[in-house]
Amino acid sequence: MRFLSTRRRHPLAGLVVVLFALVVVGGLYSAFRPASADESTTDTQLISQGRRLFVVSCATCHGENGQGVLEKEGGEFGPPLIGVGAAAVDFQVGTGRMPLALPGTQAEARKPIFTPQETAALAEYVASLGPGPAIPSKDMYDATNATPDEVAMGGQFFRTNCTACHNFAAQGGALPHGRHAPDLTNVPAKYVYEALLTGPQQMPKFSDAVLKPQEKRYIIAYIHSMATMPGYGGSRLGFLGPVTEGLWGWLFGIGALILAAVWIGNQGVRAGKKRR
Amino acid sequence: MSTATRRPAPDSPMAKLGGPAKWFDDRIGLAGLAKKQIRKVFPDHWSFMLGEIALWSFVILLITGVFLSLWFKPSMSEIDYNGTYAQLRGIKMSEAYASTLDISFDVRGGLLLRQMHHWAANIFLAGMTIHMLRIFFTGAFRKPREINWLIGLGMLMLGIIEGFAGYSLPDDLLSGTGLRIADGLIRSIPVVGTYLEFFIFGGQFPGDDFIPRLYIVHVLLIPGLLLALISAHMLILVYQKHTHWAGPGRTNRNVVGYPMLPIYAAKSGGFFFIVFGITALMGALMQINPIWMYGPYDPSQVTAGSQPDWYMGWLEGALRIMPNWETHVAGFTISWNVFIPGLAVMGFLFTLLALYPFVERWITGDQREHHVLDRPRNQPTRLGFGVAGITGYGLLWAAGGNDILATHLHLSLEAITWFMRFAIFIGPVVAFIIARRWAIALQRHDRESVMHGYETGVIVRSPEGAYSEIHSPISSERAYILTAHERRPKHSLVSREDVSGVRARKQGKERLRSRLSDFWFGDEIPKPTVSELEAAHEHTHEESPVVGDGHHVGIETGGQTGGDPFELDESTT
Repeated sequence: MRFLSTRRRHPLAGLVVVLFALVVVGGLYSAFRPASADESTTDTQLISQGRRLFVVSCATCHGENGQGVLEKEGGEFGPPLIGVGAAAVDFQVGTGRMPLALPGTQAEARKPIFTPQETAALAEYVASLGPGPAIPSKDMYDATNATPDEVAMGGQFFRTNCTACHNFAAQGGALPHGRHAPDLTNVPAKYVYEALLTGPQQMPKFSDAVLKPQEKRYIIAYIHSMATMPGYGGSRLGFLGPVTEGLWGWLFGIGALILAAVWIGNQGVRAGKKRR
Repeated sequence: MSTATRRPAPDSPMAKLGGPAKWFDDRIGLAGLAKKQIRKVFPDHWSFMLGEIALWSFVILLITGVFLSLWFKPSMSEIDYNGTYAQLRGIKMSEAYASTLDISFDVRGGLLLRQMHHWAANIFLAGMTIHMLRIFFTGAFRKPREINWLIGLGMLMLGIIEGFAGYSLPDDLLSGTGLRIADGLIRSIPVVGTYLEFFIFGGQFPGDDFIPRLYIVHVLLIPGLLLALISAHMLILVYQKHTHWAGPGRTNRNVVGYPMLPIYAAKSGGFFFIVFGITALMGALMQINPIWMYGPYDPSQVTAGSQPDWYMGWLEGALRIMPNWETHVAGFTISWNVFIPGLAVMGFLFTLLALYPFVERWITGDQREHHVLDRPRNQPTRLGFGVAGITGYGLLWAAGGNDILATHLHLSLEAITWFMRFAIFIGPVVAFIIARRWAIALQRHDRESVMHGYETGVIVRSPEGAYSEIHSPISSERAYILTAHERRPKHSLVSREDVSGVRARKQGKERLRSRLSDFWFGDEIPKPTVSELEAAHEHTHEESPVVGDGHHVGIETGGQTGGDPFELDESTT
């Protein structure tokens, strides 16, 4: 200790102490620093990140504060987002429908532009504008353990509420003015649930009062059961109903039979006789 | 031929049949009749087998239908489903639907036979349709075959109703939707519509009576009528003899072809197995009418992609493109928007088809019998009408699948509707003009072939340096076929004034007929005359044995031609 005490008045002693203190504090900071400090932790940080993304990518149509943009004629250029909730944003942005690729009849699903984290930030920001449906938790939409009874009930709900637009086998169908109801067979359960909850685009909203949360889950279970069902009776021919059946009946059935008729008609009397 | 030469040797297996055969013949005495009929001659051409597609698929329908009827329960009483198909277990449904599910999932081989039955129905109607088109385009409906034409049309109509009844029986969501449309069509009949609905459904739609009633129509009434009509169709065919294509040795007074036994029976019987095989293949590999996916019928439900089977598709299309026209008279609504597309269009097409042979006969003034077929190109106007009909039918067909067109071709439903509303009137006219001119162009080509031969593709250079292609004369058989049709005299308007200058009555009708006749045969390319032909052949320095009216000699009429033994049925009709 003599070494230290004899040099405590050394001109460089203060500098050394400061350096030491810096190393200790720095070391402590790096040891106790929260792991995701720079990846936005709190809601306020998430919301402000979401707001930044929103202003850049969404505000042109939805307004700087999500209040919507009106056309001169009074139509909606972009609808207001106040009160649509996080579930709507998670569906629209998560499936790549938003930001809109180009104005057209309908926003199409495509590869998402934003990462899941950015989507969450946007959802958090829009949810902060007004109360709306939240992103469902996994136990609400996960239908992998549904019982056969639940699947059968889901089928009833599906046929009552969904087949009119999405087709009996969830293959999708046509809607007026060039729009269409999409194919549901490969849509993740979360997005089906969110679509039911928020009613994106032409789709009606099925609030929890109309279809209870567990009923939504049954529908998801039924859609899932159709996708994994074995092809009873052969190829499904696209599950599009009698149009494709008629097409195959004519092209394959009648086509093959006419070929057979031509073959028989061209045969001579004796089998194996060469035609000249 | 003497019986001695036909008798099998005593030690052959055929000899053992002699005893029982004689026993039967002594009692039934059919040998005399059969002896003549088994040598009946049928001409050979692939297009003559299209009707057999329909015939054999009808046989398949009978076989598979009997199997299905053993398990199907035509009842609308409500039960809880407890079968194998898990997705519907515990759901309330009619017994008809539940038993169809049982056939599909619990009866061994049931789904295969159900699918074969349905595919065979689609093929049955498609077979009838293409058979009818063949008859139409080749003029096989002409005298004396008008009755068989009408019988055939009757079978086509019955077949459509039979098919509709069949796919309505399972009482699934799709068939219930179809029945609801049929119910709407019945109601749209002015004045009596609602009474008819109550009569047919036993009350308001859907009621409890309809499936059992439809079942009897489907398994008893219409199949019985169809069987009777098929028998009449075939007996008249045998009695009148089959038509054949023009060719050396083939005239209006004979039939050239193979005898019924053993050749035609083998060909035709073999074709049955091919039809059966293809139907079985389709039933095994391709799903049809997956009723378990549609679910039981519930009037509150409907599915996207609701379409009828293909043979009702054109009526569905007419319904889909029809503007929403209604008339309100004294508190009653007349639904033109349903009545016109649903019933008037069907009546219009079948009336046209039924009247066609008689209208054509009146316009052409042709009262003779015809047993030699027309090449379609030699009847350009008839061909035009046929193609126009196919075009109109096809457009309505496409309109019936407008939602599938919209989703798969990224079109707007409204755009398709408006396109079809105009195309259904314009399309057939354009198709008529194109087809008629096309046929005339082909006639011109035939004339060229007969006069100057075919293009060999060999280019020669003359000493002067000019290039030309060598034309070779076509075979005399081919030339015969190309010139076998007759020159038709136009139905000219003769003056109907007698010597005293008194005008005959009905002059206006005659003038119309004359004008139609001019249109009918106008622009036809006349086949070359003898002098034209001789001049042309002299020009090409080719030897060709041509005499007479453009017909070629050197062909043994009724003899051996082309290496195949032809059998003649010289009896006249």
